[in-house]
Amino acid sequence: MSSKTSSVAWTEFKSNPISIIGLTLVCFCIGLALLADFITPYPAHVGPIGDFTAINQAPSAAHWFGTDTIGRDLLTRIIYGFRLSLIMAVMVLSISMPVGVVLGLLAGYLGGWVEFVLMRLTDIFLAIPPLVLAMAIMGFLPATLTNAMLAVTVMWWPWYTRLVYNVVRSEAREGYVLAAEVIGASPLHTMFREILPNCVPAILTKLTLDVGFVVLMVSSLSFLGLGVQPPTPDLGSMVADGAKYMPDAWWLSIFPALAIMVLVLGFNLLGDGLREAFDAEV
Amino acid sequence: MNPVLRLLLQRLAISLLVLVGVSILIFFVARVVPGDPARIALGPNASQAAVDAMREARHLNDPLIIQYGWFVRDLAQGDLGTSLYTRRPVTTDIAAYLPATLELVFVAGAMMILLGLPLGRLAARYAKRGPDHAARFAAVVAVCTPAFVWGVILQLLLAYIWPIFPLEGRLSNGVDAPPGITGFYTLDSLMAGQFATFFDALYHLILPATALALSGIGQSARLTRSSMIETYRKPFIEMSRAYGFREDRISRRYAFRPALIPTLTILGLDFAAMLANAFLVERVFVWPGLSRYGVEVILRKDLDAIVGVVLVIAAMFLVTNLIVDLIVSIINPRIRLAERRAKS
Repeated sequence: MSSKTSSVAWTEFKSNPISIIGLTLVCFCIGLALLADFITPYPAHVGPIGDFTAINQAPSAAHWFGTDTIGRDLLTRIIYGFRLSLIMAVMVLSISMPVGVVLGLLAGYLGGWVEFVLMRLTDIFLAIPPLVLAMAIMGFLPATLTNAMLAVTVMWWPWYTRLVYNVVRSEAREGYVLAAEVIGASPLHTMFREILPNCVPAILTKLTLDVGFVVLMVSSLSFLGLGVQPPTPDLGSMVADGAKYMPDAWWLSIFPALAIMVLVLGFNLLGDGLREAFDAEV
Repeated sequence: MNPVLRLLLQRLAISLLVLVGVSILIFFVARVVPGDPARIALGPNASQAAVDAMREARHLNDPLIIQYGWFVRDLAQGDLGTSLYTRRPVTTDIAAYLPATLELVFVAGAMMILLGLPLGRLAARYAKRGPDHAARFAAVVAVCTPAFVWGVILQLLLAYIWPIFPLEGRLSNGVDAPPGITGFYTLDSLMAGQFATFFDALYHLILPATALALSGIGQSARLTRSSMIETYRKPFIEMSRAYGFREDRISRRYAFRPALIPTLTILGLDFAAMLANAFLVERVFVWPGLSRYGVEVILRKDLDAIVGVVLVIAAMFLVTNLIVDLIVSIINPRIRLAERRAKS
């Protein structure tokens, strides 16, 4: 996969301004999410209750991003929205990534009918646009946070299967795999101890890019009213709700929209930097 | 057999297999979920006898495999069931809502190709210099931003603050829809000779299509750039430089055309993504397309209609990819000329 040593990759990563911008944005967003309880100006506004004396206020020194229709501080809710988005992305990927990787390894290394069945199965999943499949699944389940994560997880694993499958297919011809087989390594050993480590750069790169794309997907679902329900502060539903009050209360949807943009952009720039540093095909 | 034809037949067979798979997947997901479809359809106030009658009429008491058999038989006759929300056949509903979505997606697709590819070519020609960095950054920002965010931002800037575009809908108030032939307002009005209606429809298309196209434009620019940079390293570029061809001609003819092949394949995927993202954009611009219907039936747990919408979108996705494969095999000399090479 990658002939570069990790130190060369790291040097290349550091010298790329785009990756550094990405890393900074990602650290900023994660930092906000982790410290939400301490840095938000009005932590109590996460729930359904706001300050009824300060309804629909434009951005000011007291409320940097303004307040919403029931007087909740928008900045506070956006920071908690970051936290929720990131938690959902981590949950979705921590299930779909391992499943997809293992299936990809099996399909790529074992070949034969295993390959045929698994790869046709991924084709089927990938033939439905992700958002439509997630929407359809939400159509059959009650709209809750857990179900939204479930719907996105169900459609996300095939991307990893296809990625790892492609890497394994090209790795399986390499000398080191043959060497391992010749000295009698079991298929399990060959797959997980020999080939898997060489898939790591590609998986890592995709994982980074995907944090952004899962956030995008989840917020799209809740924008359509099929995901997280109020009063949970979710960026997508904040944009949708705020759009009803355009253009007078423009901040209600524009700031959450920009927040989604910053979050996804950060992970994308970082992922792009990793891709170039590792020379990974994703 | 002609290699292009053989490839196409192969792809067609795989696509059909995948479509059958999609139908099985979505059918079983729709049946496995908790809740009695008949009870959901008739509402909580219906009598148990009515629910039982509906279960019997819709074969809901049969084993799942048999139910799937009924579903396939109806599908073969072009019947996707009846929507519980509109009380009309699902196929009628989809035929009514789909043209508006397709018109939007086609315009956005055209924008993606006409703007994205030249932008990528520009970036590749000035690789690692000013215009490249600017184009790449713009492309990443475009890719990372969900279509609904673009929709909201464009709407605020160009319809509210500086109102040069209409806010929502397909036509202005007072403008009648052209006679329905294709369902595409632009085409229908042209065919009927109603030029005022044509420009009005086009005018309404610009903002939503831009919102929908932006991430595709970014994506196609990015891909064209990276695959052209790859091509620039090839010896034949060096050779054409040695022959003294102008850099402009090299970029346009020799580096761009081979780079088109990998880009086109991904564009098929992007087109499919647009079908999905149209759901978001239509919501922002109150566009009377498939999305309004789709979200409505999803919220109402209208099983037949959900299955129908997903199947239609998957079928369109597969057809798009077939067309892309066809174009690629025609422009790729390695495939087109494979037969001649085999003979010689």
